[in-house]
Amino acid sequence: MKPTSTALLCGVVFGLGLGLAGMTNPAKVLSFLDVTGDWDPSLAFVMAGAIAVYAPAYRLVTRRSAPHLGPRFHLPTRRDIDARLVVGALLFGAGWGLGGFCPGPALVSAAGLGRSALVFTVAMVFGMAVFSWGQHHGDAR
Amino acid sequence: MTMTEFTPLSSTLGGVVIGLASVAMLSFNGRIAGISGIVGGLMTPGARDDRSWRIAFVGGLMIAGLILSVATPDVFGGGSPRSWPWLALAGLTVGLGTRIGSGCTSGHGVCGLSRLSVRSLVATAIFMSTAAATVYWTRHLAG
Repeated sequence: MKPTSTALLCGVVFGLGLGLAGMTNPAKVLSFLDVTGDWDPSLAFVMAGAIAVYAPAYRLVTRRSAPHLGPRFHLPTRRDIDARLVVGALLFGAGWGLGGFCPGPALVSAAGLGRSALVFTVAMVFGMAVFSWGQHHGDAR
Repeated sequence: MTMTEFTPLSSTLGGVVIGLASVAMLSFNGRIAGISGIVGGLMTPGARDDRSWRIAFVGGLMIAGLILSVATPDVFGGGSPRSWPWLALAGLTVGLGTRIGSGCTSGHGVCGLSRLSVRSLVATAIFMSTAAATVYWTRHLAG
């Protein structure tokens, strides 16, 4: 197996999981976030299910010196809480609550040709590109 | 305002499937399955061999979208109730915010919390409460 093959398969499985979980349904996402209204707590179970699998497996897998198809693990190393982390999370939360899509479900739904998802996803990718552009030009200074 | 059905079983199962795919990404590719990071990495100038796995993963997500749209279109619930200008603003904000804050629901919410990362715990607490506050504002205050 090549790293591109496993990434493709993982993407398919991840996307099907999002659909099964209910994450691709913005109405369900908005009901989950509507804690003072007709609250639908289902999506808390998504996070619980995913963490129940990932948390123990993470410890087992990273005991090895390297992944099966690469020289090393690429893991986040930063530990500081900086202003960018806080501001970024605030912006993301506002957009998620407004549209009902987070990045994974947006891509899955856009490929399913949902019109609202297409509008959202084009804008999201544009936002990411603006960030990269700013990052690049900031570093070049 | 749409009421949705409580689906603890399928949501837990979906979460388990997401977790398994994320474990496989770590075990085979050595990568964190954070969607905003994977997509954002395609826009930063870098090595060519760093792009193909990202394109493959995003392609996989989109294949899943096609499969779902044919097999069970109900999972999309008819899309977002917001009008297009609001959706465009929401998308822009999510794109910028997830890159500035180095992660989204998958990278911070699933992988980060599992790794007991304090950064991810702080980010997840902030984006969850901000999202809930935004829904409160749009549904209960702005009408």
